[in-house]
Amino acid sequence: MANTISAVPFQGTPEQEKQLRDKIAELKNEGGALMPVMQYAQEIYGYLPIEVQKIIAEGMDVPMEEVYGVATFYAQFNLNPKGKYKIQTCLGTACYVKGSGDLHARLEKELGIKSGECTPDLKFSLDGCRCIGACGLAPVIMINSDVYGRLVPDDIPGILAKYED
Amino acid sequence: MANVNIKINGMPLSVPQGSTILEAARIAGIRIPTLCYLKDINEIGACRICLVEVKGARGPVAACVYPVNEGMEVFTNTPKIQKNRKTELELILSNHRRECLSCVRSGDCELQALCREYGVEDETRFAGANPVEDIDDTSPHMIRDNSKCILCRRCVAVCRQYQDCGVIGPNERGFATHIGCAFDQGLGEVACVSCGQCINVCLVGALYEKDGTAKVWEALADPTKHVVVQTAPAVRAALGEAFGMPIGTDVEGKMVASLRRLGFDKVFDTNFSADLTIMEEATELLERVKNGGTLPLITSCSPGWIKYCEHYYPEMIPNLSSCKSPQQMFGAITKTWYAKKNEIDPKNIFSVSVMPCTAKKFENTRDDQSAAGIPDVDVTITTRELAAMIKRAGLDFVNLPDEQFDNPLGEGTGAAVIFGATGGVMEAALRTAVEWITGEAGGPIEFNDVRGTEGIKEAAYTVGGLTVNVAVASGLANVRKVIEMIKSGEKNYQFVEFMACPGGCVNGGGQPHQPGEVHNTVDIRGERAKVLYSNDAARELRRSHENPVVKAIYDEYLEKPGSHLAHEILHTSYVARKKY
Repeated sequence: MANTISAVPFQGTPEQEKQLRDKIAELKNEGGALMPVMQYAQEIYGYLPIEVQKIIAEGMDVPMEEVYGVATFYAQFNLNPKGKYKIQTCLGTACYVKGSGDLHARLEKELGIKSGECTPDLKFSLDGCRCIGACGLAPVIMINSDVYGRLVPDDIPGILAKYED
Repeated sequence: MANVNIKINGMPLSVPQGSTILEAARIAGIRIPTLCYLKDINEIGACRICLVEVKGARGPVAACVYPVNEGMEVFTNTPKIQKNRKTELELILSNHRRECLSCVRSGDCELQALCREYGVEDETRFAGANPVEDIDDTSPHMIRDNSKCILCRRCVAVCRQYQDCGVIGPNERGFATHIGCAFDQGLGEVACVSCGQCINVCLVGALYEKDGTAKVWEALADPTKHVVVQTAPAVRAALGEAFGMPIGTDVEGKMVASLRRLGFDKVFDTNFSADLTIMEEATELLERVKNGGTLPLITSCSPGWIKYCEHYYPEMIPNLSSCKSPQQMFGAITKTWYAKKNEIDPKNIFSVSVMPCTAKKFENTRDDQSAAGIPDVDVTITTRELAAMIKRAGLDFVNLPDEQFDNPLGEGTGAAVIFGATGGVMEAALRTAVEWITGEAGGPIEFNDVRGTEGIKEAAYTVGGLTVNVAVASGLANVRKVIEMIKSGEKNYQFVEFMACPGGCVNGGGQPHQPGEVHNTVDIRGERAKVLYSNDAARELRRSHENPVVKAIYDEYLEKPGSHLAHEILHTSYVARKKY
C-alpha cells in the first residue's frame, strides 16, 4: 500500500507552529484533548499533513500513529490541502446511480490524484460529497461554486480546460 | 475482596467480586473462547466471540469484559450461543484471505482452531470483500499481510503498551479499517524496533518473520560451505513447545541432536559468546567506573532495545556498551579465530544463528558487524523457524537422544545460559565483576534481587569499598520509565540491563506461538526462565571468566579483555535514528 503523505510541499510558518504549540500546552493535561488539538491544527493549516501530525504527536506525547488513526477515522480531518479549484463529485444516491462514480474515477485519472488529494501545484483538489440537491441534473460535479450536470466521463477534460489559469 | 454467588450453566459458584464472566467461568473449569482478549492490555470486547447469555439481560454479553454480580445466572454454551459464535466466525472469515493450505500459521492458527471447534462447514458462506494479498515487507525482520488480519488489535496493544512504540494502529473506519503505520508508511519506514512481540500475539497468519530457512537449507546442501550454527540460551527453554512438550521443558540436548541431524558441520552455542560478552562488558564497566566514563553503562545484548535507544533516546547512545551482542561476537570469533585455527577461508564459513528474537535478523544487517570484512552472521532464524526445519526434516524431536555441543565454541558457563531471562546479563556480569574487584575467587554466585519477571528491578551491591547501584528492566515501556528516572536525576545507577521483550529473551518475538488463552493464564516467561536458572544451577562452571575456551582465546589471540584487537573484533558502534 502506498503511503498517504501529501505530495503538496508543506508551507507552514513558524508563527503557525507557535500557535499550535501554545494550544497544545494549554490543553495537554485535559482528558480527551487530542481531538480539539487536531481540530485547532486544522483551523490553522487547513489540513493535517505529516509535519503537523508530528508536532501534535510530540506535543501530546502520543505516537503519531494514534494521531493518524484519529485523523483517518473522522471525515472532518483532511490529509491534503484544498486546491484553488475545489472539485466535488456528488456521490449521493441519484448521481451515483446515474454514473457519478465513473466521473469521479475519470477526474482522478485526469488530475493524477486520488479522491481526497490535491495536485502538487495546489490548483485542483478532489473530493466526493453527499447530495447537493441537484438531482434533476444528475450526475453532477461542482468546481468551487460552478455546477456541471448531466455529464459523461468524456466531458471531464473539456471542463478542466476551463480552469487553465 | 468479597465473593459473589452466581450460577454458570446452572452450577452454583462463589467467585471474587469484580471478576469478569470469563474469569468466573475459568474458576468453574469452563473455557469461553476468546480472540481479541489479552489480559490487562487488550480488554476491548471487540471480537464478540466470547458472547454468553445472562438471565435478564437484553442480549448476549461479552464475557471478557462483563463483570459478575450477586445472583447472576450465566449460560455459556446454549444452542443460541453456539450458533452466534459460528455465525461470528463465518463473518470474520468473509473478510479473511482463506489460504489455510499454504498459510504459515496453518495448524497453529487460533481462528482455524475455533472454526473446527464450532463446526464451521462453509468458510465462504458470506462473500465479504475477498481481500487480496497485501504485503508490507519494508522491514528487515517481518512481513505484515493485512489480507489475513481480523482486526483483533492484539498487535496494537503489545506495541503500544508493552513496548511504548505504538507504531501500528487502526487506520480509516468501517470496511476500510486496517492496521497500519502513520500515513500508511511501511514498518521499515517508521520507528519500529523489530522486537516481534506483535508476531507473538497475532492469532492468524497476518504477521510473521521473514523466512531465513531457505538460505540455511541451501547452505546445508552446499559441500563447499562449512556451516556452523549457534543457539541462543532462550531457544532451549521454548523449542520443545513447538513439539507439544510442556512450557518450561529444557530441550538443550535434543536441540543439539536435531541440529546435528539437520546437517550442520558444527553445532555451537551462543553461551560461549555470552561469556565473552561478560569479559568485555565487565571490563568496560570497571574502566568507566575507574576513569569517570559515561555512566550508567547500559547493556547492548538486545537489538530491539538498541534500536529503541537509537530512535527514541539517541541522547543515551553514549551510555550504551560498545560490546557487540553475543550473536555478533560469536559470528566474529567464528570468522576470525576459529577460521584461522582450523584453516578455513572465512568466506566459506556459513554462520547461522538460532534466536528467540526477530530483531536479531535486523542486527546482522547493521553496519560495523563484520569483523572479517564479511558479515559476522549470515542468517538468523527464529526458534519457530528451527522448529519448522526440524519438522520438514522428519525428525522425531521428542524422542531424540540428548547430545552435547561441539568443541570449541560449544563451551558455555551457567552465567551465559541465564542471559535469556531478564536480569540474567546483570547477574552474569556481577558474578565476574565482584571477583575481579576483590581479586578473590569464590565470590557470590546467585544474585536473587535481579531475578524474577517483574518489569523493573533494582539492587545495590558494595564490593571492596565500591558501591554499585544497578537496575534491570524488560519491556520497553518499563525501559522508558527507567530512562526517564536516569535523565531526571531521580536515580543514579552505574550499571543497567535493558531487554526489549517483557521477561527478556525467553519471551522474545521469535519464540513458539502460544494461543491467547495461554498468554492470559500461564506465566510463560516465568516458566521458561526457570529452565535457564535450573540449567545454570546444574553446571559446574558458573562464572564467565572460568570458561576455558574464552580464556584460551584471550591467551592465544585477543590478549586481554578490552584490548585493541578485542575492540576491533568484538565491539561496534551505534547511530541516531529519527522517531518520525
